[in-house]
Amino acid sequence: MNTPFLRVRDLSVTFPAKGAPFNAIDRISFDLARGEILALVGESGSGKSMTSLSIMQLLPGAAQMSGSIEIDGQNIVAFRRRQMEDIRGAKVGMIFQEPMTSLNPVLTIARQMTEGLVRHKGLTRRNALTLARTCLDDVGIPDPDRVLSQYPHQLSGGMRQRIMIAAALALRPGILIADEPTTALDVTVQSQVLDLLFDLKTRSGSGILLITHDIGVVAETADRVAVMRGGKILETGSVDDVLHSPQHDYTKSLLASHLTVDRSMKQRRTDREETGA
Amino acid sequence: MTVKTLLNVEGLRKSFTANRRTVHALNGISLTLREGETLGIIGESGSGKSTLGRIAVGLDTPTSGELHIEGCRIDTLSAPMRREKLRQCQMIFQDPYSSLNPRLKVGRQIGEGLFASGESDWRAINSKVRDLLARCGLEKDFAERYPHEFSGGQRQRIAIARALAPNPRIVVADEPVSALDVTIQAQILDLLAELKKVENLSYIFISHDMAVVARLCDRVAVMHRGRIVECGPVEAVIENAQHPYTRNLLEAVPRFGRRRTGQRPTPVTLPQHEDGDNFVTVSEGHTVLQASASTCRGTGQ
Repeated sequence: MNTPFLRVRDLSVTFPAKGAPFNAIDRISFDLARGEILALVGESGSGKSMTSLSIMQLLPGAAQMSGSIEIDGQNIVAFRRRQMEDIRGAKVGMIFQEPMTSLNPVLTIARQMTEGLVRHKGLTRRNALTLARTCLDDVGIPDPDRVLSQYPHQLSGGMRQRIMIAAALALRPGILIADEPTTALDVTVQSQVLDLLFDLKTRSGSGILLITHDIGVVAETADRVAVMRGGKILETGSVDDVLHSPQHDYTKSLLASHLTVDRSMKQRRTDREETGA
Repeated sequence: MTVKTLLNVEGLRKSFTANRRTVHALNGISLTLREGETLGIIGESGSGKSTLGRIAVGLDTPTSGELHIEGCRIDTLSAPMRREKLRQCQMIFQDPYSSLNPRLKVGRQIGEGLFASGESDWRAINSKVRDLLARCGLEKDFAERYPHEFSGGQRQRIAIARALAPNPRIVVADEPVSALDVTIQAQILDLLAELKKVENLSYIFISHDMAVVARLCDRVAVMHRGRIVECGPVEAVIENAQHPYTRNLLEAVPRFGRRRTGQRPTPVTLPQHEDGDNFVTVSEGHTVLQASASTCRGTGQ
């Protein structure tokens, strides 16, 4: 069996604090292969975003990392800034929750999309622009030429998130980290963006680390899921196994508190029967 | 049996001017809130649902149209009279991190509502505040602390206590659980449901989340581009959705037992509604906006 593209072993992230140091992530291990979607679910403060930031080495300065993160066979934990520049974007792409803050407001879309292509792929500006246009087309953006000349504020949230995805995938990274990619979007747009991620996974063969708090999103898109709480992974397995027969009490309570339309409607009926009886 | 109408808007319009362009946030909204009910307003960003909520509590004024509270027309009253009437309507905002004043003690900001409604003895106000905190599931001593000392769920409870302070009859809740974790969401929804019973309240509950609306509301109005496109009892609208937009919205909610295939769904063309469009009654209390024949361009049947 070939080794997974991303291999995390006993990763801990600690922040120095008065008294005992605070463990934001506490010895977590997981693998992510190409062409696979692994969902990290948990509530705020569970450490899921910290996990993604440590893979990209974007943690705040005070954080201390231990354990190993292997990307394409290289352990990046001790990497220096220069070395990380060859990993970010090229091997691991990332999209964030709020596409307005992750795009640079004073640069055109063309400029932002070609930057990475020139840096990592050594393309000329002109070739990079042609590739950017194709990528925008791939993510279903109508009239890519017009969009390329625009600034982020001229575009809707869904469009901006699509551009982020296009820019990340233009570099053909082995894995894409999607940190709450649809949380800031409307449901109908969310559905389109999830379709897009799923479609791109199938076509480009990138692995996706999907960070979310929405169990519904996990059920529809992920292959495997890891449930996080308090910096630990409590339970991990295939989506079917974890969602249908959860083993950990916390997973059970997370599933139980997840509101769905069906569940709400059922609740209404039982409520009405109780008051009627 | 007739149920009393508490709040009623008629042909409400609101336009904003930005960069010399006029944006129509509300295009003629007519809606009633009955006593003791929870009316859900659902729609996506930009549909005008928050503008509607802000007008209902007097934070915005409509460009045209009428706002009635308990049968009394509000928008034509003088400012002091209007303020007096609007004290019956209080609001809970989405983000409890920004809706509370970080520099005021919790007790002070809850008490301000009581002070504004004519109570001038701060000792009496403080004892009421402590009582309100307890009713919202918090400790009475929290009054002496500042908002940053609390978690998101606790802050939202504080915001609820503040809304209840002037003893309102109508509470407009604008996405009150969207910023909270799922386990906390359920607790806040339960609190709202319980307070409604105990305090004899009526809610206008603004949300983008069908599951939350289905859990809490009696009736729901679906908004799209400044218009109500469908309105009716929650069961009828969710289980027998008529408008293509409502169906889109329901279809888009992620759910168990369905997998993405990577295929893009065929896009549905939504009807372009005009001012002259009429509501068609589907069943009792369930109405849907019907585009006139000339503007109906393939509704994706």
